[in-house]
Order: sequence, then structure tokens, then C-alpha cells
Amino acid sequence: MEKDQDKILSDVTSGDYKYGFYSDIEMDSIPKGLSEEVIRMISAKKNEPDWLLEFRLKSYRHWVTKKMPGWANLKVPSINYQDIIYYAAPKQRKALDSLDDIDPELKKTFDKLGIPLEEQKHLAGVAVDAVMDSVSVKTTFKETLAELGIIFCSFSEAVREYPDLVKRYMGTVVPYTDNYFASLNSAVFSDGSFCYIPKGVRCPMELSTYFRINAANTGQFERTLLIADEEAYVSYLEGCTAPQRDENQLHAAIVEIVAEKNAEVKYSTVQNWYPGDKDGKGGVFNFVTKRGMCKGENSKISWTQIETGSAITWKYPSCILRGDNSSGEFYSVAVTNNHQQADTGTKMTHIGKNTKSTIVSKGISAGRSQNSYRGLVKVLKNATNARNYSQCDSLLMGDRCGAHTFPYLEVDNQSAIVEHEATTSKIGEDQIFYCNQRGISTEDAIGLIVNGYAREVLNKLPMEFAVEAQKLLQISLEGSVG
Amino acid sequence: MLVIENLKAAINGKNILKGISLEVKPGEIHALMGPNGSGKSTLAAVLAGREYVEVTEGSVKYNGQDLLAMAAEDRSKEGLFLGFQYPIEIPGVSMVNFMKTAVNEHRKHKGLEPLSASDFLKLMRDKKELVEIDSKLANRSVNEGFSGGEKKKNEIFQMAMLEPMLAILDETDSGLDIDALRIVANGVNKLKKPDNSFIVITHYQRLLDYIVPDIVHVMYDGKIVKTAGKELALELEEKGYDWIKKEVENSFVA
Repeated sequence: MEKDQDKILSDVTSGDYKYGFYSDIEMDSIPKGLSEEVIRMISAKKNEPDWLLEFRLKSYRHWVTKKMPGWANLKVPSINYQDIIYYAAPKQRKALDSLDDIDPELKKTFDKLGIPLEEQKHLAGVAVDAVMDSVSVKTTFKETLAELGIIFCSFSEAVREYPDLVKRYMGTVVPYTDNYFASLNSAVFSDGSFCYIPKGVRCPMELSTYFRINAANTGQFERTLLIADEEAYVSYLEGCTAPQRDENQLHAAIVEIVAEKNAEVKYSTVQNWYPGDKDGKGGVFNFVTKRGMCKGENSKISWTQIETGSAITWKYPSCILRGDNSSGEFYSVAVTNNHQQADTGTKMTHIGKNTKSTIVSKGISAGRSQNSYRGLVKVLKNATNARNYSQCDSLLMGDRCGAHTFPYLEVDNQSAIVEHEATTSKIGEDQIFYCNQRGISTEDAIGLIVNGYAREVLNKLPMEFAVEAQKLLQISLEGSVG
Repeated sequence: MLVIENLKAAINGKNILKGISLEVKPGEIHALMGPNGSGKSTLAAVLAGREYVEVTEGSVKYNGQDLLAMAAEDRSKEGLFLGFQYPIEIPGVSMVNFMKTAVNEHRKHKGLEPLSASDFLKLMRDKKELVEIDSKLANRSVNEGFSGGEKKKNEIFQMAMLEPMLAILDETDSGLDIDALRIVANGVNKLKKPDNSFIVITHYQRLLDYIVPDIVHVMYDGKIVKTAGKELALELEEKGYDWIKKEVENSFVA
């Protein structure tokens, strides 16, 4: 680990977004625009059962009645939903039997991203579902996991193979009526990951999904459903990147987690969509609904997110603490630089008795960016002895960026104890000079200071990814001081 | 090692250094004394590369190189160390991580491989003993929550880790009780080798009871107004700075 840190600190050469390449892969896509017709087309392409098509149409009909929410502290240019391609998939000659059938160009793309699709090459102990544009390309270690009864596959495959599970859980945590982007996703979602951990099973490896937007003018609308049955445990990680483009791209995903009695789910995100260039041109609009339901007693859901990418981030991974003694956690580092905007935080809804939630949010703003924390802690009438601890820290670099905190509290039970702490600090020239005087360059000094500031959150990530995330933080902030 | 010629510098347009010339040879300990506001710390800041001080005239050669053209981190890697008068706190960054980064940057500069974790920890242990620093300090964040004395000892510890050729200690003695003062001075004496040099900036003579300088300079109003052997420090202790001020002012009148 220490050695890795050294590597990170000496590794950095330029501030460019290094995942900005585009792969020339033959695509199967449908024309631009959104209508019932298009939704039927997507559903047909995926050979979906009628119940799913109905779900999509219901969602679409709801979506058209709604308006984009305006309450976030974001300046969002108007989005023309008719100018987006809603389905694009790398073309495949035939059904995939083995890895050899995958387009070599596709394999190369994921190699370049550091996500080899060959199991033997992959990080030991991590199973990956690789999703490009609208479809899942390959899921590794499926057979190994199946021996334990763990289902880990693409969402489309789950619809085909495990329709009962999908029907039982899909939309129970994030209903299609939940919000504008959730409705949109429910209408047009293309693929994503599905995971089911059966009763009493501790998943022996990290599960992860890697999302890649490749095609131009294409929106990515994936959907992830994660179910941990009683006494089950899983740690899950998602990562994402996109090519560098001048126009904005829309990403509107849904993640739903269900934790049954005594189950525990850790969900970590390293979000590195293309943030746009220095002048704010291009970049991904990231409007994501993530929510977990602690359904059973003593269940636990923990969100950890490292948000460095996207031109605009609108994201509130939340927990519904329904089971008695259940607990929810949210650990977040959100970095904004140049012209990026982020409005991110969480909602903790305490329903069961003796429920507990912890929120640790670390915002880092640089350049001309705006970074907001928005969090709601809600304690319902019957949630006796609810506990919440929230800590929101902001770190500012330079004097042209902004940090904002919007904590909301709704407490309807007298026995609740809710704590909130907040700090704002600045990386000082004195700190940087002190490092310089010891032989540490300004860029490395910022890396050290920022990683020190975010340590509490980084420590929550699985180790391999903590290293990756540290590197990412430093790269994201390059050129922001001086 | 260090040759300063007619150095003039300003902060926010106000002239602070008004023509400093000074030469430090390998193996020498120089004491730089003078009343508050005479420009001692500004001189240290210029040598270390602080950007808020603007050099308006003069030159500084360090081992034959133009020091003023070098970035602050390169000066450090070339062996110039500044012991800060007010060491800076860096919350969240452990001393171990901070020093490891610094030591390995220095090694890289010399074309050496980074130290392994175990070699590094051994080095830390050895140096901690040398400067009698509490071993718990190393596990805390850089200077965070350190007492004044701990911060100063930590500067000496960092100096021991980086083994500079030229160390400038900016009022390292201020705010120290007598025991801490002794530890700091012992640290310096143990690190003294035949070929490395020190500039010890101090307001008081008492540090010089422990660190014996070869040459003592007195600064006043941005200039070095007197240079002599170590006996000058004693004279200052006895008479205070007023007689120097008078001497300088009289010389202007004359």
C-alpha cells in the first residue's frame, strides 16, 4: 500500500483526462429520439417479455407528465431529449459462448481502461460486469460465483433467466414515479448489473460493474439491482468513464439495493465520467438515483462514493432504514474543478426502531466549480431511538469556486439524537510552501493534502480501489493551484 | 557554498532587504542576529524561495548555481533546508507519509531508488533517537496539535531526515524552554559534519551557548551592520541592540 502511494505520487505527468479515447467499434443503434415507438423498439431488440414492456410504457407515460426538477444548486442547460440515441450496442456476430467471441477491439478498450475481461488477468478476488453503452459485454467469474448460489449477471440476462426475482424487487426501492430521471430510466433503461446473494452466503470476492460510454450522442441509462438475502454479505463496486467529446452526454441511472434481515451491502462508486474541458465544454450530465432499502432487522447498507468526473452531478445515494436496528452509512468525496458542478448528498429515512445512520461528506472545490452537499435526515414517528451523525466538510482551493451545504432535518420522534458538524477550510499557500521546502512539488503537495483530507472516506473503499481513487483525486485537481 | 551579493528585496512594494552580502563556506556555522523587524526572516524566506518576497536586486549563488532561479522544491532537493519559525500544520497528512514522500523525492533527485517501507521506518527510528523526539509524534498529522516546543523539535527531526548541506534555522529557539532548547541545539551539533553549514537566525544569545558559531552577523534595517567572531554575540547580550542602532545612526550622520 505504501509503495503504491509512492507510485501514485510520482506517477502523475499531466492533467489530461486519460480515459478520453474513443474505440472504433461497429455499433447497432436505433435512430435518435424518444417515443412509445422507440421504447417498443428497445424492448424488441432485447426480446423482452410483455410485463417489462408494460413497465417501460407506464414509466414513459408518467415521465411525459413531469418536468425536470429545478431545486438543485445547478445550472443545467436545457436537454433536448429528442436529440439523444437511446440504444446503442457493440455489434456481435453471434451469441457469446466464450471470450474468443468478443470483438478484439472491445477487449482492447477494456484492457486500456485497466479492466481486462480475461479472468486470469484480472485482479484476484474481483468479479466484473463490463457494460458498454447499452449492453453488458462480459461478466467474469460467473461460474465460480454460481457454485455458491450467487447470481451475478447483466440485467438483461436476469430478466430472461430470473424473471421472478426481477419482478419481485425491481421498482420496490426506486418506484418508476420517484423522480423525473428515475421515470426516464425506467422507460428506456438498456442494461446494467443484477446481483443476488442467497441466504447465509458471504460473497467471497468483490463484485464490480464497469460502465463505459463510447458511442456519440448516446445516453447511458443503466439499471442495477442488488439483493442480499438474509444473513448475506456483499461488497460491490462500480466505475465509469467516457470519451472526451465537445457535446454533453446524458447519463441517468438507477441503482436499487435490498438488504434482508441481518444482511450487509457495501456499495462503492468511483465516478470518473468525462468532466468537460477546462472551459466547461462537453462532459457528462450525471443524473442518478441510488437508493438502498434496509428491509430486514439488523440489516446494513453502506454507500461510499468518490465523485471526480461529470460536468454536472446530481446524485443522492440514500437509505431507507425500515428494519429495526438497521443502519445506513454514506461516505462521500466529491471533487469539482474547472467548470464542474455537483449537487450531491444523501437521504437517510429512519422508519424502524433503534436505527442508525452516519453521513461523512467531504467536498473539494477548485477552479470555477460549484460543489454542494444536500442531505436529508428524516426520523418518522415510530422510529424510537434513532441516531444520526452527520459531518460535512468543505475544502476550497483558490477563490473562484464555491462550496455549499444544505442539511435538512425532519424529526418526528422525540427520542431521536441527531448531530451535525460542518467545517470549511482552504488549502493554504503556507501548507504548499512547507511541502515545497521539503522537496515536494506543488502537485504532489496537493495530492498529499487532499488525500489526507479525504482519508476517512478513502479508508472505506476496498484496498485496490482506494489506491486508484487516491490517484484520481490528485489528477482531478491538477493545475488548480498556482 | 552560499554567496549572497548586494541582495535587495521587497514585500508588497516595501523594501525590506537593502543590500545584503554574505558568504558561507562549507563547514561554517553562521549566527544571524538583530532586533525584530531587521529583515532576518525575510532573508531566510528569499533563500528558501517564498514567492511573496520580490527580489529587486543582487544575486545568490548556491554551490555555483543561481539559487534565485530555482524552484523551492529544487532548492530543497539540492540540500537547502529551512527550519520554520512557525511550522505549518497539515491536518490529515501523517508525519510518516509526509517524510517518506520528501525523502524519496530527495532520493529520486540523486538517482536513488525509493526506500522500502522497512528501511524507511528504520531511518525514522534512528533519527528520532538522534533528536530525542517523542516517537508518537511521527504517527500524528504534520504539526497538528503539536505544542510550540514539539513543532520546533519536529523541524530538527526533519532536518535530520533530509541531511541538508545548508540548513537555515529561523528562530528555532523562540518559544522553547531550556530543556527543549538543549534538545534542539544537541540535534544541530550531532548533525554537524565537516562539510555542511548552518545559518542560525536568533534574537537571543542563549542558543549560542549551545551552538557555537564561527561567525556572527548583526542585521539592522535590512542590512548586515556588523560581522565578527562569536564574542560579538556576548557583547550583544550584555549591551543589547541599542548600541548597534546608535552606531549605525551615527555613521549616517557622519
